[in-house]
Amino acid sequence: MKRVVITGAGTINALGHNVSETLEAFREGRCGIDQLDVRDADRLSVTIGAQVKNFSSEGLFNRQQMALYDRFTQFALVAAREAIAQSGLTFAGDLANRTGAILGNSGGGMTTIDDNYRSVYEEGKNRVHPFVVPKLMNNAAASHVSMEFNLKGPTFTVSSACASSNHAMAQAFQMVHTGMAPAMVTGGSESMLCFGGVKAWEGMRVMSKSACRPFSANRNGMVQGEGAGIFVFEEYEHARDRGAEILAEVVGYALTSDASDIVMPSKQGAARAISGAMHFAGINPDQVGYINAHGTGTAANDKTESAAVADVFGPHADTVMISSTKSMHGHLIGATGAVELLACIMAVRDGIIAPTIGYEEPDPECALDVVPNAAREAKVEYALSNAFAFGGLNAVLALRRI
Amino acid sequence: MSEVKDKVIAIIAEQAVLEPTDVSMESTLEDLGIDSLGLVESIFAIEEAFDINVPFNANEPEASDFDITDVASIIAGVEKLVAEQNS
Repeated sequence: MKRVVITGAGTINALGHNVSETLEAFREGRCGIDQLDVRDADRLSVTIGAQVKNFSSEGLFNRQQMALYDRFTQFALVAAREAIAQSGLTFAGDLANRTGAILGNSGGGMTTIDDNYRSVYEEGKNRVHPFVVPKLMNNAAASHVSMEFNLKGPTFTVSSACASSNHAMAQAFQMVHTGMAPAMVTGGSESMLCFGGVKAWEGMRVMSKSACRPFSANRNGMVQGEGAGIFVFEEYEHARDRGAEILAEVVGYALTSDASDIVMPSKQGAARAISGAMHFAGINPDQVGYINAHGTGTAANDKTESAAVADVFGPHADTVMISSTKSMHGHLIGATGAVELLACIMAVRDGIIAPTIGYEEPDPECALDVVPNAAREAKVEYALSNAFAFGGLNAVLALRRI
Repeated sequence: MSEVKDKVIAIIAEQAVLEPTDVSMESTLEDLGIDSLGLVESIFAIEEAFDINVPFNANEPEASDFDITDVASIIAGVEKLVAEQNS
């Protein structure tokens, strides 16, 4: 089996329009959550979110592309450009034929859907723009990434709600690991911060109206975010032979299903995914220095996740650092694992642990070192990234310092 | 206000797949086999039936004014919200 390393990273999210701005925000514990600026916000009862600010398609895409790209596709392309530029790869010949793009996404072109439903239902129009379908389809982002970078290998979209990116990256890892592809472009993108997207989440009654405070006793729900995280996963020797800069090694993953409830998380399902990823990587709990938590800030997730970590880590649960960066960039749903992988890269490569901000009161049911409010320096050999989705679908990735 | 009581009981009974006569004022949602999803569905049905907004966040049910301890407290809460809306 081949070793798999990360040779490129890109992102756009509420904390920044690239990786360096995002990591700076992680280090500073900066919050990207603010009042939502969306049409008809006065009819929403949840009015906060982590929106990408000051984003304009002008200069990034030509007029025809703008007509064809939903916001989630634009985010994916912006992040992919950064990641692929960093990797230094250009895709031609055999490399192009075998490299693909596997991206996570949950809502598809939600803005496109929202705008066009308004048009036909609210405004009573009987005609929509011809590109509605190619804009809203969930695979639009993966397809446009493949088109822009000439990726002709396995390309598709993985949709498993809040675990979509981690499932996508696990699949991409597996393809490189088995030798099927020399490299893969992977990660995820999401843009649900439109009236219909927020309204749907309001209905669940799990959204906070004030802040995302993961693991804090006074937490009162999740806050939605948007954006993308894209990586280049590459076979180790392929990367080494061309002298590429290696950000981290992906050493394992595990995927499990709770097979129990459509929304309530299960400790066992989460624990099996965490222990499975360590088993794949051949490591013990005492070798893991950092976990990027799923940490949504809901009552149910945070106590279940804490219990799962405590079960799997045993006595080492008291020493492992676990933080939820959703407190800063919000919950990016199908893109969240991708943006959160950046915090794992920062931990193993830079030795800086991103904090859980907004933390105010210890919760005895979340009695872990959640790196409250301020980033910390620590040498970390291995890091895990948790994602536990609605539908009971869990995906955990393991990274190693290189 | 018995109209409110009857409607709320009908909503809860439907959620619990029971006859309204099987729902007593002292029943808790747990007694009736209504889980967290069933609870938010019931609240949604109540909001629709009475055209009210029930302040309820599943993350901090105790923090809201709306008391879901048992059927009686839910009915009292709905009666209060309906009265506030009519005033």
